[in-house]
Amino acid sequence: MRIALLGNPNTGKSSVFNLLTGLRQHVGNFPGVTVDKKVGSIFVNEEEHELIDFPGTYSIYPRSKDEQVVYNNLVDPDSENHPDVAVVILDASNIERNLLLFSQVYDLQMPTLMVLNMTDLASKRHVKYSIEKLNQHFPEAAIVEANARIKVGKERILEAIEKGLPERNGHRLLESEICNLNDVQSQEKETKVRFKKIKEIVSDSVSTKSEKDTFSRKLDRILVHPVYGYLIFAAILLLIFQFIYSFASVPMDFIDGTFAVFSDWLTGILPNGVFTDLLTQGIVPGIGGVVIFIPQIALLFFFIAILEESGYLSRVVFIMDRLMRPLGLNGKSVVPLISSVACAIPGVMSARTIADWKERMITIMVAPLMSCSARIPVYTLLIALVIPDKSVGIMNLQGLVLFGLYALGVISALLIAWILKKLIKTKEKGFLLLEMPSYKIPRWGNIGISVLEKVKIFVWDAGKIIIAISIILWALATYGPADRMQKASEEAVLIAQQKNLNEEETAVLEASMKLEQSYIGIMGKTIEPVIRPLGYDWKIGISLITSFAAREVFVGSMATIYAVQDDGNQNLPLIEQMRAERRSDGSPVYSLASGVSLMVFYVFAMQCMSTLAVVKRETKSWKWPAIQIVYMGILAYLGAWITFSILS
Amino acid sequence: MKSFLSNIADGTSVLVSHIEKSDLRVKLLEMGITEGKLLKVLFRAPFGDPIAVNIDGYVLSLRKDEAQLIQVQSQDGNN
Repeated sequence: MRIALLGNPNTGKSSVFNLLTGLRQHVGNFPGVTVDKKVGSIFVNEEEHELIDFPGTYSIYPRSKDEQVVYNNLVDPDSENHPDVAVVILDASNIERNLLLFSQVYDLQMPTLMVLNMTDLASKRHVKYSIEKLNQHFPEAAIVEANARIKVGKERILEAIEKGLPERNGHRLLESEICNLNDVQSQEKETKVRFKKIKEIVSDSVSTKSEKDTFSRKLDRILVHPVYGYLIFAAILLLIFQFIYSFASVPMDFIDGTFAVFSDWLTGILPNGVFTDLLTQGIVPGIGGVVIFIPQIALLFFFIAILEESGYLSRVVFIMDRLMRPLGLNGKSVVPLISSVACAIPGVMSARTIADWKERMITIMVAPLMSCSARIPVYTLLIALVIPDKSVGIMNLQGLVLFGLYALGVISALLIAWILKKLIKTKEKGFLLLEMPSYKIPRWGNIGISVLEKVKIFVWDAGKIIIAISIILWALATYGPADRMQKASEEAVLIAQQKNLNEEETAVLEASMKLEQSYIGIMGKTIEPVIRPLGYDWKIGISLITSFAAREVFVGSMATIYAVQDDGNQNLPLIEQMRAERRSDGSPVYSLASGVSLMVFYVFAMQCMSTLAVVKRETKSWKWPAIQIVYMGILAYLGAWITFSILS
Repeated sequence: MKSFLSNIADGTSVLVSHIEKSDLRVKLLEMGITEGKLLKVLFRAPFGDPIAVNIDGYVLSLRKDEAQLIQVQSQDGNN
């Protein structure tokens, strides 16, 4: 049996879903839309049934493309996910509005269960309803109460389904047939008539002694205050980033180390050969490159889930909406953009709360311009290399440059958003119309499930693409034209003998000389004429290509390449080697101009296959990541070129 | 003179008399803003936009130009 879970937004529908399915849930696809299909299994009479969590809507008539899945699957009996039974979640404190969707579903003649959820809120608001009377108005539906947030109601819901929901014999609220998908005029008429009837039902079966939610109002007075509101938001952000930066690095270093050890161990026990190389240098590090993101993603979504569960997030949207709107963004773009300062992956993933398609696409497109934590190693190395460590007034020049790079990222993200707003044409006009739920204490169970779901989506959906690309990059860096690779290898051994290098030093030298002759090395040399106007040589070219895997790879690649230059001074730090690097005319390769140009390049360039994979996952198309890589590439090239021209 | 939800002061309750024709009309309707519904303007975001409104005990935030579509009258029936 297939059971549909339906309901308005903010009725605790996902709490009910979590309560019924626990961890027996996974995320799938509704064909043709970007919204995820959450599917879980429940056991009734020792039989497994499929429970589908449909997106929260106020009506079965869609007001956005994503909402169409509700209409299509409920109305068309031949649709892929057409349910046998509908469970509709209602906010018990707001029955009138919630009855619109319920009565529409009821009129579709499916066996229907009404779940009056959030009973605590209803009693707090002094809303009294009579289930008996409601049942008189909907005689062919079963009605139960629940309070899913505190885990009440699971047995009642399952029992109702177990007993078998009442058979349908044609009773309806409205006699008229359900409207056509695109006939908005008739839909509007129907809604008006429906609400008229619902009003009669409500006046008969629900009584409200209006009581204000004084606690939420008092808190709102501070949290949306023109001064304190922004200050508190800034303080919360600071706290979150403090946590992420101080706690994510521990598991990340552990994962990094574990995969390196595992890879070494495999190399030791497996016979030499292509397969071992593929496994130890391609696949294992590729998987490591996926797993390494989990701590940051989990931590960010942990905090986002708390903000969301508590009801605070809608207040952030409320105070930021006016500021973001001129840029083609939405109050809801704030969290994705800010998350991207840690990592664009959770940033892009959290953009799915933006209902408006255009605003969502713009947010996803500009999020990777925010300087993420993977850029820090690159910035740090280059700043130390070319920016003098001196004071400008009370400020340190190196610190100022770092700040400037972050500012450049933010400003260009906002600017590009504004340009995209002008470019992307839609028929739909963006709107806010957002419910502000009352403040609640977050439930850890819901938060845990939300974090788990996001991590799973990343690992399974984006992970495949990331591993595939990293294997390609590995192959390109390991293999080259056979004769050239052979020669490089022989040459390395020869030099090593001359210089009396030990085994480890010889290996480093050989790796370095082989990288130069590999396909990536050839590519780096091939693009040299293209990147020369930016102030780069082929060595930087190679690192630009390898760091497509992830920005911080730039540093590692540089270290590998420079190992070859090393005249026996194995211990000379990378930065000293780079500083000593000269062009044929004797001028330093890493001058102020080329160094800053390279930093600007890294501010703009889409040097992150993981983000591309996630953008593909979230937009369900290769079109958007393709546009992203092109426009960010052009920005990076132009930005770096202008910087180099001005400074040199 | 017609008055609209966008111009109503914080803390004031009004009745919905009409929703202007627009793409959002049916959406507003579905969210419970029907003719004759009692709304109370609760507070505004900094810069006076968006606006938070109480409808049947739930709080809806809507942009000023969205509130501009909702024609209202004071509770005693005057415009």
